[in-house]
Amino acid sequence: MKKLLLATAASALMVGAASAQEIKIGVILGFTGPLESITPNMAAGAELAIAEVNAAGTLLDGATVTAVRGDSTCIDAGAATAAAERLVTSENVAAIMGADCSGVTGAILQNVARPNGIVMVSPSATSPGLSTAEDDGLFFRTAPSDARQGVVMTEVIMDRGIKSVALTYTNNDYGKGLADAFAAAFTAAGGTVTINASHEDGKADYSAEVAALASAGGEVLVVAGYTDQGGKGIIQASLDSGAFDTFVLPDGMVGQQLVDDIGSGLTGSFGQFPGTDSAGAEMFQKMAAEAGFEGTSAFAPESYDAAALIMLAMQKAGSSASADFKDHIMDLANAPGEEIFPGELAKAIEIIKAGGDIDYVGATAVELIGPGESAGNYREIEIKDGKIETVNFR
Amino acid sequence: MDLLNAFITLANFVIIPAIAYGSQLALGALGVTLIYGILRFSNFAHGDTMAFGTMVTILITWLFQAWGISLGVLPTALLALPFGIAGCAAFVLLTDRAVYRFYRTQKAKPVILVIVSMGVMFIMNGVVRFIIGPDDHNFSDGERFIISARTFRELTGLQEGLAIRTSTGITVITAVVVVALLFWFLNKTRTGKSMRAYSDNEDLALLSGINPERVVLVTWVIVAALATVAGTLYGLDKSFKAFTYFQLLLPIFASAIVGGLGSPVGAIAGGFVIAFSEVTITYAWKKVIVYVLPDGMGPDGLVQLLSTDYKFAVSFIILLVVLLFRPTGLFKGKSV
Repeated sequence: MKKLLLATAASALMVGAASAQEIKIGVILGFTGPLESITPNMAAGAELAIAEVNAAGTLLDGATVTAVRGDSTCIDAGAATAAAERLVTSENVAAIMGADCSGVTGAILQNVARPNGIVMVSPSATSPGLSTAEDDGLFFRTAPSDARQGVVMTEVIMDRGIKSVALTYTNNDYGKGLADAFAAAFTAAGGTVTINASHEDGKADYSAEVAALASAGGEVLVVAGYTDQGGKGIIQASLDSGAFDTFVLPDGMVGQQLVDDIGSGLTGSFGQFPGTDSAGAEMFQKMAAEAGFEGTSAFAPESYDAAALIMLAMQKAGSSASADFKDHIMDLANAPGEEIFPGELAKAIEIIKAGGDIDYVGATAVELIGPGESAGNYREIEIKDGKIETVNFR
Repeated sequence: MDLLNAFITLANFVIIPAIAYGSQLALGALGVTLIYGILRFSNFAHGDTMAFGTMVTILITWLFQAWGISLGVLPTALLALPFGIAGCAAFVLLTDRAVYRFYRTQKAKPVILVIVSMGVMFIMNGVVRFIIGPDDHNFSDGERFIISARTFRELTGLQEGLAIRTSTGITVITAVVVVALLFWFLNKTRTGKSMRAYSDNEDLALLSGINPERVVLVTWVIVAALATVAGTLYGLDKSFKAFTYFQLLLPIFASAIVGGLGSPVGAIAGGFVIAFSEVTITYAWKKVIVYVLPDGMGPDGLVQLLSTDYKFAVSFIILLVVLLFRPTGLFKGKSV
């Protein structure tokens, strides 16, 4: 009798686990800190994918997925590691969608993801250094490396007939990586970088930095910084002193908040951030508008794709354990197979269940190359009348 | 023409920013020097006193803006400044009653008071962040420029532009007015004279019937006023963030010590010495030199002595040199 009870209880437990499994996905982004103005849209992108899968209700035979948010702070590796540690050990997340900034992403990868064997898919860490980081096959990114952005930015600037630029970058992994990649590409293309100077975030006064930049000269100023930190301070001080009129804005500097804060001075400035003209981008924007957030915000589509890839890989492996599904992310993102666009996650799950192949295109035309990073599509933008307008895709 | 362009570049990127920064440092250093001269300790909480006063000013500014009160082309913060001073004075007096008076009656050594002021610094720091938050706040409104770089270029037809911001103009004018008032007060009024007497020799001052508590009270009120004015001007010119005010402590102390602790004239001179050295040493001179030298003889490099990242290092070095070779400062203050 006792044995029978035990067996019943045990099987009930197992059935319970199989039918109503709850999967948690950590969403670790800098909700406070330099990127706080774009991270809410990024998190909303990831949670949109999760909501879509939950609405279908077919993932792993009826598992429900919940997002658990953690704050990476973007700049404080210690705080980010602690947040990730909490998600992994006390919330038991199966995978991490994040982190955002390159420095904290590297820290979480080495201190939390690898020791615990948790898959991490970053939507926005773009440092070239992460391409070669030890990752035990656990780390992926739906954003391209900045080595690629350096080349694209060179093309954007050269196509406008500009041959000489001043360059300033925020003094961290992201800024330094992008600045070096760009300086190398721009010089190789025959351009001149008059000065390559760093600036610190969080200062009140950037007039000394701008004085040095102005003295070096250049037709435009490339600002590889953040929208609500030093990058904004540099632009404001440059406009105030009349040092530069036109600015080149890479991904970290593209944000409506910056345009609103600076005002008309930014008109005519241009730049690029990851984005695509594939049909997926528009579908995602429509879905985002319905869900009530900004679909064109930097890295929001990448976040959707990151979360979607994690869940589809779980389905492919038939398990929510990172060790099982980490090997499937690359196959799902790339050809061959049926193309999957945003809003078609339910269809994708059905195809995988039936044993078919999919090629996840998603909101950003994801194509994972090398060590699991996006090949990169960029949206060239220009500031016109206080609005960020897309003028080209590269 | 080229010489003129060189001068305009220099004025735009070195002279004008350094004058504004120097005025702000001088006002800050005056507060430190007064405390040192009269209350006889180095007040480490001065940066955060500035932050507190500025915070009150910002809150009142927001209130005025909500009510639709403004000063037209001038920033509303000027109107809110007296309230900021009052708020800061009240807070500082409260600190004096709660903390410093205890140590004063015990005749504690200056070094103990320095440590005490560090404790006060951390508490003030926390209070400011608790009330207004750790973020950047830009509270300047009104006309942004007296003359913008573009207008200047169009007016003069020169290649280089010269921008003078309203906040820079206000900073310099306010600093001159405040310093004049302070010197008049210290030299001409009875209270000012009693303060100087107390500073020179405490025992003699007590014997001649000066009320020490009154001197202390007046000192704190003046210091609060100076700190709030300095902080508000700095915030108007740059932006307000609690942490940057804490960081200002180093250049302010450097200014006060270089000028000679306890000497008001020294504090002003020290402020400008520090500001000009920070700006000129980290400035890239290439453009100016290219203008001055004949065509084709300009340097290829930037001619920059130190990267701008080392701005604070400049204050440190000047501080060290002065302490080593002239411990009493340029204007014969008290030796440290």
